[in-house]
Amino acid sequence: MNLARVIGTVVANHKYPGLSGVKLLIVQPLDRRQHAVGDPVVATDATAQAGPGELVFIVGGREAALALPETFVPVDHSVVGIVDEVDLR
Amino acid sequence: MYIGQVAGTVVATIKHPFFMGRKLLFVERLELTGQTTTRYDIAVDTVQAGVGDRVLVLDEGNSGRQVCDVEPWGPVRAVIVGIVDALTLAQEAA
Repeated sequence: MNLARVIGTVVANHKYPGLSGVKLLIVQPLDRRQHAVGDPVVATDATAQAGPGELVFIVGGREAALALPETFVPVDHSVVGIVDEVDLR
Repeated sequence: MYIGQVAGTVVATIKHPFFMGRKLLFVERLELTGQTTTRYDIAVDTVQAGVGDRVLVLDEGNSGRQVCDVEPWGPVRAVIVGIVDALTLAQEAA
């Protein structure tokens, strides 16, 4: 589970049936200093409330689908929380 | 599993219901020498770890769900499952 910044949204009208009603976001994974690292990915929004510019945390792999109402869906990244604060020593 | 060091805490109000009431810690992966790397995880704490602690981190969903007692459901992957007291390396590796 990693930090990411929401940098955009994706609209797809025709998609896998289990994904209807699920919001898609483009997120940029971040390092500990919140600098971009790696390529942006498309992630589903399990909070349903994240928007562009927000700092979020994402989960990758099979667990990404488990965050959604329908859990047997083809998803590999999900936004599972909107980060208020990261307090690093 | 890997050895990491707790670097801080993460606070999120709006989150998946699974994470309600669970402590999220920012854990940096350590090299065997103890040096921190750029890789990290936001992990769910199950052992009352604190900032600065050297911890054992599990990064696998199925076991993570078992540890969090939410099988078969829950979008969890990284879980802190132990606090490391000591670590010994063989001569060659050191």
